[in-house]
Amino acid sequence: MKLDNIYKEEKKSAVAKLSEIIITMASRPSGLIGLSILVFHIILAFISPYIAPHDFKAIDPTLMLQAPSAEYWFGTDDLGRDVFTRTILGGRTALTITFFGSLIALLWGGLLGIFCGLVGGKIDDVVMRIVDAFLSIPWILAMLLIVSLLGTSTEVLIPALGFFYGKGIVRVARAATHDVIAKDFIVSAKARGHSNFSIIWNEIIPNVRDAILVEGAMRWSWMLLGFSSLSFLGFGVSPPTPDWGLMISNARGLMSFAYWAVIAPIVGLSSLIIGINLTADAFAKALGIDRSTKAPV
Amino acid sequence: MTDIIQKVKNLSIGFRSKKGEEILILKNISTNIKKGETVGIVGESGSGKSTLALAMMGYVKHGLYTIGGECQFNSSNLLKMKSKDLEKIRGRKIAMIPQNAGQALTPNLKIGYQIDEALQLHSDLDEKEREKKISELLNKVRLPSPETIALRYPHELSGGQQQRVAVAMALAGTPDLLLLDEPTTGLDVTTQAHVLELLNFIAKDTGTSMVYVSHDLGAIAQVSDRIIVMYSGEIVLEGPSRDILKRPIHPYTHGLLKSIPKLSLAGLPESMPGSQPQPGIIQSGCSFFDRCNFSDENCKNNSPKLEFLKDLNTSVRCFNYEKLVNESQASQTVNKIKNKSQDKEILNLSEVSISYAKQKLLDQIFNRISDDNPTVKDININIKKGETIALVGESGSGKSTILKSIAGLLRTKDGLIRFDENRNLSSNLKERDPNDLRIIQLIFQNPDESLNPNHTVEEIIAQPLKLYFGLKGEELKKNIIDLLQKVRLGEFYTSRYPRQLSGGEKQRVAVARAFAAKPDIILCDEVTSALDVSVQAAVLNLLQQLKEDFGTTYIFVSHDLAVVRAISDRVAVLYQGRLCEVGPSNDVYKFPSHPYTEVLLGAVLEPDPDIKPKLVAEDIVEERPPEKGCSFQGRCSRIVGDICKKEIPPWQLTDSGNAIRCHIPIKELQKEQF
Repeated sequence: MKLDNIYKEEKKSAVAKLSEIIITMASRPSGLIGLSILVFHIILAFISPYIAPHDFKAIDPTLMLQAPSAEYWFGTDDLGRDVFTRTILGGRTALTITFFGSLIALLWGGLLGIFCGLVGGKIDDVVMRIVDAFLSIPWILAMLLIVSLLGTSTEVLIPALGFFYGKGIVRVARAATHDVIAKDFIVSAKARGHSNFSIIWNEIIPNVRDAILVEGAMRWSWMLLGFSSLSFLGFGVSPPTPDWGLMISNARGLMSFAYWAVIAPIVGLSSLIIGINLTADAFAKALGIDRSTKAPV
Repeated sequence: MTDIIQKVKNLSIGFRSKKGEEILILKNISTNIKKGETVGIVGESGSGKSTLALAMMGYVKHGLYTIGGECQFNSSNLLKMKSKDLEKIRGRKIAMIPQNAGQALTPNLKIGYQIDEALQLHSDLDEKEREKKISELLNKVRLPSPETIALRYPHELSGGQQQRVAVAMALAGTPDLLLLDEPTTGLDVTTQAHVLELLNFIAKDTGTSMVYVSHDLGAIAQVSDRIIVMYSGEIVLEGPSRDILKRPIHPYTHGLLKSIPKLSLAGLPESMPGSQPQPGIIQSGCSFFDRCNFSDENCKNNSPKLEFLKDLNTSVRCFNYEKLVNESQASQTVNKIKNKSQDKEILNLSEVSISYAKQKLLDQIFNRISDDNPTVKDININIKKGETIALVGESGSGKSTILKSIAGLLRTKDGLIRFDENRNLSSNLKERDPNDLRIIQLIFQNPDESLNPNHTVEEIIAQPLKLYFGLKGEELKKNIIDLLQKVRLGEFYTSRYPRQLSGGEKQRVAVARAFAAKPDIILCDEVTSALDVSVQAAVLNLLQQLKEDFGTTYIFVSHDLAVVRAISDRVAVLYQGRLCEVGPSNDVYKFPSHPYTEVLLGAVLEPDPDIKPKLVAEDIVEERPPEKGCSFQGRCSRIVGDICKKEIPPWQLTDSGNAIRCHIPIKELQKEQF
């Protein structure tokens, strides 16, 4: 009898589950490409300080705007700094800040959304209207305000980005919770007399976790773009720390005769965003959520 | 009558598994549909009946593909046809009526517009003729005043009316073959009987061939000339419907018919063990071998062929059908219920009203509900320890609402719910203490929704044990295994997820979870209506067994009168949230009864072609209970005059202790109903 084989799926450990998801993701071409780009960027972010061929802040007026050569692979910028060194180092800050920013966004957005979805009624109404109000404020304006008041340190940027990108997650988490909340197993748990906390933790989170994680992954790429925009405007990382947004901003005026100084950071930034997006999509598909047919609310 | 309209030849449809194996959903099916004939295809969920019906209109579901064989319609193979040619056939020659008409109709288009659209596509009539045809079609499906119905939107019609519109749309192209996929499954009993009667009429009137797909042998028995029984992707029995229902010569059909509760028999039907094998489990031998009472060694190793028996005009796929030829179906045995209810009252509902009305600001401040015409009103029921009381009624009768109030999920407006004579339960969840919550447990209709898909069986059953008794570690594990054994599931189920269980197994887990709390009362909300017939009997038997072991009291909500008859000691009939009749189940099922009970009893479909439903009242649906007078005045066929509209009828007692709420004296009711 082969029946037992069919039912053999035992409860798996988290590691086994994760590795299974990653294998499923990598089995699609788009997922494989996305994952490789993302992993490449992450590895680069870790090892770049050790492999950088030059000092990123060494200014040399004699080497201004050199075209790519064997010594300076991606050429030099208007201050004579090595573009290759600055490019491979430029992703570090952005990646770190936005990664922790996304975690914060996931945490507060997800929990608030689930809570609103569960309790409903007046509290839900009030909270959601506040979230709507925040959504209607152009985030970059608000970010500029915060940054100019509190400075551009990491301690300010991470929570600020986390807050502004969490608003969208509130809506997704609330919608996902609404899908689950009407199911009888929640009614059953309520009728047994479980506490709200227990219902959120045991019954709701396992069922909405996937949707929220996928949304968080998408927010990460948006946040990266947002953070680079801030840097581009001069409100992100302060010079001379290498950063893609800042590099693009500095070199954009010289694009007509020193294209290399701007191409490298652009490729870095866009490849990372594409990588995250593809990974998030493959992640969603591996979890059985089809983003193409089910748009987030 | 000999012309064959559709010829299915050696049809196999399947899909490819992840490992690349070919898995068959339909295995080598051959059958013919004759002109003017109604063929019923019956089987459990997953038997391939819908796949076969869809293939008959040249459609193969996404993910499946044709492995071999053909579906010939007018001697052309539908499965190889180009989509352009298929378009010409679908709607005009072959039409389909879907299960859920409410979802099949476009919500923002008027009924008339949608029928006109079908006419434009599937007929060559001009505008004037179409106009006439629309009212003609609506008339044909017996919708009242076609002109007004045509101007309505789908949501303004009741479920039965929507289904009628779907029938009208299917008839727009005057098809030769009509495919019906469970067309009455979501409808109320009375509506279902009306729709089936209409389909019968149309089949006779237009001479259209019909293929009627259903899991419900009762419905099939009413409409079909010939029945095809499917099991695990194969035809196991095919023949004239009367013969099949009266003398089923395949063990599966035999067992199936035995496991359906009947109105005429009190007590639980025999259940069939096991469940249908999943597709792709390659077995040698008969696919029904595991569950068969008549099997032998031969069945285990060799698969039987479909054999045509000339003298019975029946095809059967069984080696041992001869054993069954002489055994008639009348030998149905039931396990009589031992009535163990004590005189001690366990739950008392007095003057209970429940309202869904929104509270106004002033009411919120004073924490009261003001509603003159609440959804549920004046419910008085005493429930004794150890008895099974059933609440019966159509959808909207308030039966689930009452359950919710007892469970504390919904506040009562007025009245008292008392447990054990002194504990007041007329409060909602937050006001009850944990022990009050423990003594009342719920089992839900659909186990797919009542079990958290991300929890294992162990985690599901552990929840009440942890919550109420604080069990941990070894003791918890021991209790879980104990409970699983009580619901006849093995220890190895603990690590499985709900998606790995069959419908019956899931419901058993839900039952185990309810019993884990050691409750005094279990509320069963349509617990068997999402299950297959063969599984239903097993779950009912299990519930009965557990009740005898634990002395639990059941409050059983159902729309299925036969199921209620099988399991309950007492029945309360509800209409629009008001009680119509309360009494011992033996007496409720006998006349005299309340006119509404009479309607319900008349509409029950039995798997017997000789018992036709009696259609007493119209199948209209009322949205709100009437403000004054009898709750059933809108549909009652025995209305005696103004008194029914003005005064709430009094309770009258029959000799056997059956209480009926009607203005007509008992003696007269008795005379009229006999």
